[in-house]
Amino acid sequence: MKGNFIDNLPKVYGIYTGGFIGFIIIMAIAEQMGMSAKAIGIAFVAFTVFIYALIGWLSRTAQADAYYVAGRQVPTVFNGMATAADWMSGASFVAMAGGIYFKGYGYMALLVGWTGGYVLVASLLAPYLRKFGCYTVPDFIGTRYGGNLARFSAVVVLTVASFTYVTAQINATGTIASVALDIPFQYAVYIGLISILLCSMLGGMRGVTWTQVAQYIVLIIAYLLPVFWISNKMGAGFFPHFMLADEVARIGELEQQFGFVKNSAADLANVPKGLAGITKAHSAVNATPWAFISLALAMMMGTASLPHVMMRYFTTPSVKAARKSVGWSLFFIFLLYSSAPMLATLSKLSLIDPSLPTGIIGKSIAEVQAIDWYQNWNQANLMFISDFNGNGTVELNEFFMGGKAVVLATPEIAGLPYVISGLVAAGGMAAAMSTADGLILAIANAISHDVYYKIIDPKAETAKRLVVARVLLVVIGFAGATIAAMEIQGILGSVIWAFDFAMSGLFFPLVLGVWWKRANRQGAIAGMLGGLAAGAWYLVWVRTGGSGFLGITQLTFGIFGSAVSLVAMVVVSLMTQEPDKATQKMVDDVRVPSGRTVIGKQ
Amino acid sequence: MSNQQKHWEKTRGLLFMTLAIWFVFSIGIFLFGAEMNEVTGPFGYPWTYWFTCQGSLGIFVILIFWFANRQEKIDEEFGFSEREDE
Repeated sequence: MKGNFIDNLPKVYGIYTGGFIGFIIIMAIAEQMGMSAKAIGIAFVAFTVFIYALIGWLSRTAQADAYYVAGRQVPTVFNGMATAADWMSGASFVAMAGGIYFKGYGYMALLVGWTGGYVLVASLLAPYLRKFGCYTVPDFIGTRYGGNLARFSAVVVLTVASFTYVTAQINATGTIASVALDIPFQYAVYIGLISILLCSMLGGMRGVTWTQVAQYIVLIIAYLLPVFWISNKMGAGFFPHFMLADEVARIGELEQQFGFVKNSAADLANVPKGLAGITKAHSAVNATPWAFISLALAMMMGTASLPHVMMRYFTTPSVKAARKSVGWSLFFIFLLYSSAPMLATLSKLSLIDPSLPTGIIGKSIAEVQAIDWYQNWNQANLMFISDFNGNGTVELNEFFMGGKAVVLATPEIAGLPYVISGLVAAGGMAAAMSTADGLILAIANAISHDVYYKIIDPKAETAKRLVVARVLLVVIGFAGATIAAMEIQGILGSVIWAFDFAMSGLFFPLVLGVWWKRANRQGAIAGMLGGLAAGAWYLVWVRTGGSGFLGITQLTFGIFGSAVSLVAMVVVSLMTQEPDKATQKMVDDVRVPSGRTVIGKQ
Repeated sequence: MSNQQKHWEKTRGLLFMTLAIWFVFSIGIFLFGAEMNEVTGPFGYPWTYWFTCQGSLGIFVILIFWFANRQEKIDEEFGFSEREDE
């Protein structure tokens, strides 16, 4: 190939996509020729992880600019894809459709929140932080407000938020690796971790960028292909997004017909842990306006404060490109998020509609227990039926499923070949790996750049800095994996907490750093530490039986944290001296796109 | 008022407009979620349901591109846009 790598990107990833589709076809043929389901699963995960590792190795670098910000030359559209992969975690991929399936409207606040946040990113922050020319988010805080304490506070908030998030991602890679490779979870977690580190260790941000693009392509194919296929197979419409209105209405009808019978506590005690039944209407509004809005708002402000997303916009060639790139990111995210409710609809209808061959409600218990896929997923502890009322048939309230099963089991239930299930496993792995990589890199970069280089040893040479960065990457990865292996929290809960922590400590210090010239160091420190402490206190209080106030729950504690942060920051800023002339000039420079970056080459 | 102040004033105006649209489709309409869901909307879905699974999400995508283009125009107007080789 002629020309440099960047110019050839469309060609490179075009060939890659073609190659991946070819691989799917080969696997499909192999399945017809008798390749076992287990072998297909292993082949999918092993093949894709090998490709990512190869890209990681090819992207190795010894330059600080390439390691921290991918040389600032990632084109808009590709940065959009990388951000989308960075963003969409194992939770988005595996658990989101399940959440919609079980909780309906109240849960869909997350869809609105996790997309609406990008409007804040594009308009309030990304272009200005790009102009600033920083390597990390604490780098912006440290330079804008000045002083080691401000910088260090930002590192603390970043670490708390990102580390909460990363354990969930490593947990997800472990879950998928343990299912696909058929090994115990405790070992699978470390296999997942090694795959993650292979992508990021040698090339830093550059390696992560190019693997994330590759991972996005895998995960979006793996998500969309089954949705379209199932929709067509069921005769629900060839383009599900525009054609499922009848199916949504039909679910409503069936819900009316069956009714939501409440199970007794004694009956529920028999249901395996983690499984749930359908207890909420599919498309009706089942949450109060404030419950919906507060959750959406917390997720939006959290989105704009999460450092692993923000730092993706440091890699674009210009300020202009950073803005456009946010649009592309959201477009690529939209492709998956708008498909999740469709998958939930198709999955639910195919299970509960007695007039469909796949429907199990109304069938006899013995008949359902004899179905192959029921036996498989029952064994995997993701599906369960029990004849509570003793009438011999399955009722709506007698059928239980794990949230993950919506994505993982629906292809099998709809009668798609196993090759699709293998593909879905590879997609889930890609989603979890790409997010874990972004997060681990965000933490390691902040500690190596902001704590080690800027505070401890400002004279350190590039080579030494990069060694420190890589050692930290491994240490943080292992710490995350060790906690993940203990299986303390579920995947989704800890993801939402990460957003709340991030918004508690970072939202206002970041936004006001650009939009309020009067914001000063004392104010920012008060805002970061006060907000984080207030948010953490509220979480602990509610978790230990506190009643909470204003309808703020353990999922939205960031609203309280960020309110405290805002008040603390404004009050303390106004009580102390205004920032010096040089700092005010710096803010002026940040506000115009043209000219050199504020920090300059580091 | 200096060139830069005027530029910032316009930029801020655009920000407020963007945030207003954002507010309507991320928060405003969901104040009336229950009422709005009674009415059939695009492609036959109930309105609120449609907004949560496609509508608001799609509007955000368009909003960001619209914002980016408007901001580029403002930057050009005041001579603050970046040179291509930067």
